[in-house]
Amino acid sequence: MTDIASTRPTSMRDLAAARKREERRTRAFLLAPAMAILIFAASGPLLIVLVYSFLTPGDYGGVVWEFSLKAWFNVFAERDFFTEEIELADAHLSIMWRSIKLSLMTTVICLIIGFPTAYFIATRPRGTRDFWMLLVIIPFWTNLLIRTFAIMELIRNEGTFNSFLVGIGVIDTPIQMMFTEFAVLVGMAYVYLPLMILPIYASMERFDFSLVEAGYDLYATRFQVLRRIILPLVKPGVVAGSILVFVPCLGAYVTPRVLGGGKNMMLGNFIELQFGQGRNWPLGAALALTLLVIVMVALIFYVRAVGREEVRGHG
Amino acid sequence: MIEIDRVTKVFGSAADAFRALDTVSVTIRQNEFFTLLGPSGCGKTTLLRVIAGFVDPTEGSVTLEGQDLLRLAPYERPVNTVFQSYALFPHMTVAQNIGFGLEMQGKPGEEVRRTVGEMLDLVRMSELADRRTSEISGGQQQRVALARALAPRPRVLLLDEPLSALDFKLRKDMQLELKRLQSETGITFVFVTHDQEEALTMSDRIAVMNAGAIRQIGSPRDIYDHPAERFVADFIGDTNFLEAELLTVEGERAEVRLASGREIAARAAEGGAGQGPVTVAVRPEHADLAPEGEGLLPGRLGDVVYFGTDTHFHVDLDAGGRFVVRRQNQPDQAEARGRGDRVSVRFGPGVGQVLRD
Ligand SMILES: Nc1ncnc2c1ncn2[C@@H]1O[C@H](COP(=O)(O)OP(=O)(O)O)[C@@H](O)[C@H]1O
Ligand SMILES: [Mg+2]
Repeated sequence: MTDIASTRPTSMRDLAAARKREERRTRAFLLAPAMAILIFAASGPLLIVLVYSFLTPGDYGGVVWEFSLKAWFNVFAERDFFTEEIELADAHLSIMWRSIKLSLMTTVICLIIGFPTAYFIATRPRGTRDFWMLLVIIPFWTNLLIRTFAIMELIRNEGTFNSFLVGIGVIDTPIQMMFTEFAVLVGMAYVYLPLMILPIYASMERFDFSLVEAGYDLYATRFQVLRRIILPLVKPGVVAGSILVFVPCLGAYVTPRVLGGGKNMMLGNFIELQFGQGRNWPLGAALALTLLVIVMVALIFYVRAVGREEVRGHG
Repeated sequence: MIEIDRVTKVFGSAADAFRALDTVSVTIRQNEFFTLLGPSGCGKTTLLRVIAGFVDPTEGSVTLEGQDLLRLAPYERPVNTVFQSYALFPHMTVAQNIGFGLEMQGKPGEEVRRTVGEMLDLVRMSELADRRTSEISGGQQQRVALARALAPRPRVLLLDEPLSALDFKLRKDMQLELKRLQSETGITFVFVTHDQEEALTMSDRIAVMNAGAIRQIGSPRDIYDHPAERFVADFIGDTNFLEAELLTVEGERAEVRLASGREIAARAAEGGAGQGPVTVAVRPEHADLAPEGEGLLPGRLGDVVYFGTDTHFHVDLDAGGRFVVRRQNQPDQAEARGRGDRVSVRFGPGVGQVLRD
């Protein structure tokens, strides 16, 4: 009896350990294809771009296999054509600045519109929430270009908005909205709004609204309930939504191209230009990598800032 | 003093309108442990939420010390709630939860800290002050919810089935703890439960509710010994219902003729019917068995069920129906009677309660 009692748990433990090893092996095997795709598909092209940024541009596009730092130099600086003096590449920097500025503004606009929208949907009766979410998602099924043209139809000089204002006599000449930063902002906010609403809604749906009542019960005003109870608890959704809007905005191409025109170029358009008419692939590659760095730095700052607040908020 | 005057709450509209509260009137006294007792869905939570301000009554008025509560937003009412699900803030520590109300009232930091310390002592949670609320047990969460609601020193504390999520042993402890807190703080407690035993042991007064209306208000003893109507008698404790005929009624004193033809004095509820057929309620432990021919209601003994503390005798009455007699057990006293024996049920004058309906 004692023998059985003492040997059985040991063999059971062995068995469990063996099963765990087996499980680990199976998991590694199942993960392998995904990992392979991620590694080759993500880092492969990136590696090519990195290499190209250190080469010399070919005359008709493409690259000549000759090492050069010129592209990286040109990202930030330029040599004056006549005096040969080195000065900051104002044009490039202003495009970068505009990209960052418009992306930040778009994120804020999406947050201001998206948060109440998500709150509204999350507080509807359970049965009708799907309907509201559908309304948010449907535009997403439409081609990006078509959605952008729809905005254009609204704001162009002969468009819906201006015709209406002129029609009711508020203005007599249409307001120029197309080909301005405003147009780019409206377009990007419209296009990326669902990306803000979805994650905020996801965390709001999990939010326990009896906590709001508890807040009111404990003398918190509406604003205090929002700031002290709702916001801290749906913050993961707000963070995710902000990242999901900010990142694609930085690299946006179609919307600034259609609504902003040539004057209001953003980084995405400028990069495309280098691979097209500019015939400067190394510069395009270097700019693309710069964009990547901007995104990463911005994300690190953002996540750090949010994390610090977390520590402070929860003492 | 809370005065609830003819409060009605209708949810929904037109076709699917639902009357959750139907002209409810009740006065809750200062420093009272007042319990709303009733089956699930009878409107207890709705009434509590009307007082807290989360539900606007369709009709009626609610005043606290003469002040119209309905004009005040929930965060302006000197009333705090212990929620059924506790609703503790998961992103705050135990101490931060307890201090939240004080902070929102704009109390200075020093006072907040001191009061939180006192509250932690009061509910015996000082050691866990810096834990997250997800890191403490259900019973501890319950105590935090209590401390959080008590900290701002509300005039009235509303408790919505605060003990229902706890296991039996913990519930018994918390019942005593709640009583202690109520007498130590002197705050009026309005306590909601569907557990009649809990209501009887804890309350100064009980309001028994059914289908959105208050059926009877009284002390636990009042409600138990003198249920006014069939619903109350049935919902609280076990009861035998006897068909009888009301002969005379004079205030609370009534004279009834039982189905066996015997006449006996009984108690009549206020506002009861005049003469005619009535139902008389008799608690099992208020009746006893007598030898055949001596009692009020002859019958034949059915099941005899031993319960440890007491024994239940099921008597099939000759006049129809079954009557249960409960007798407390004495040590080493074997029961001589058995199934099939002829017996008679007896109870004293004034024991039977003539029901209103
Ligand atoms: N917001 C609401 N909308 C519609 N019906 C409700 C609402 N709140 C409660 N009710 C209904 O009112 C009745 C009473 O509910 P409640 O007060 O929660 O009962 P109790 O707390 O006694 O179990 C229930 O039938 C419930 O379905
Ligand atoms: Mg309830």
